[in-house]
Amino acid sequence: MSVHTEYHHRWLRQPASTYWWLKKPVYFAFILREGSCMFVGWFVVYLLLLVRAVLEGEGAYRQFLLWSATPGVLVVNVVTFGFVVYHAVTFFQAAPQALVVHVGRRRVPARLVLAGHYVAWLATSIVIGWLLLGGTA
Amino acid sequence: MIKRHPEPMLWMLFSAGGVVSGMLMPVLVLVLGIAIPLGWVDAPSYGEMAGLLAMRLTRLVLLALCVLSLFHWAHRFRHTLYDGLQIKHLNEVIAVTSYGVAVVGSAVAAYLLWQVPSGSGGM
Repeated sequence: MSVHTEYHHRWLRQPASTYWWLKKPVYFAFILREGSCMFVGWFVVYLLLLVRAVLEGEGAYRQFLLWSATPGVLVVNVVTFGFVVYHAVTFFQAAPQALVVHVGRRRVPARLVLAGHYVAWLATSIVIGWLLLGGTA
Repeated sequence: MIKRHPEPMLWMLFSAGGVVSGMLMPVLVLVLGIAIPLGWVDAPSYGEMAGLLAMRLTRLVLLALCVLSLFHWAHRFRHTLYDGLQIKHLNEVIAVTSYGVAVVGSAVAAYLLWQVPSGSGGM
């Protein structure tokens, strides 16, 4: 990139500012999308804390439930919910570009790939919701 | 001899993690992180929760969710530090640390979930 000769000019490259992503809404949206991964990571930790609590017995489980209701944790999880939904929507939006499906010789339309994701999302959410709230007793 | 790069494999893990976390996390966060703590719905009793976790399918799905989500996080985190904050000089350290955390986290998840059937006491 920096090789220049008599016949090829040196290209001017300005170093990018660390805050380049604040300069345009579309850049900011990109960073928000990428930032959503932090909340995905947090929720893995939260889930494993729940599993550990269950492993330790009923007392620990109750403790976990109490802790999950403390204001700090609650606020973090509300924010997490927002980011996780944002992540899902934007990721599904990109999916048809990555997931090119052919049936025979024809390509499945992008709209169908997208719709398939939303159907799967709805179905798994209902199943999980039912398992957690409807009880399996 | 073409040098093989791990990037495509890492991208696939990122991609799978993105789909799985996108599908499963919204409802889990809503129920386990908001609705139950706020009392909108009753929490499962200890017996019910332990029973749910004891099911092999539950643990398998949870393991897949945790492992893939961790690698999704690691890949995204590492690239965002590079592209977002322009921290280019620490590129290798950040990459190794990120995926390293994902590997350790995955091991922890596997360890915890493996223990569930024998571990739940106090019923």
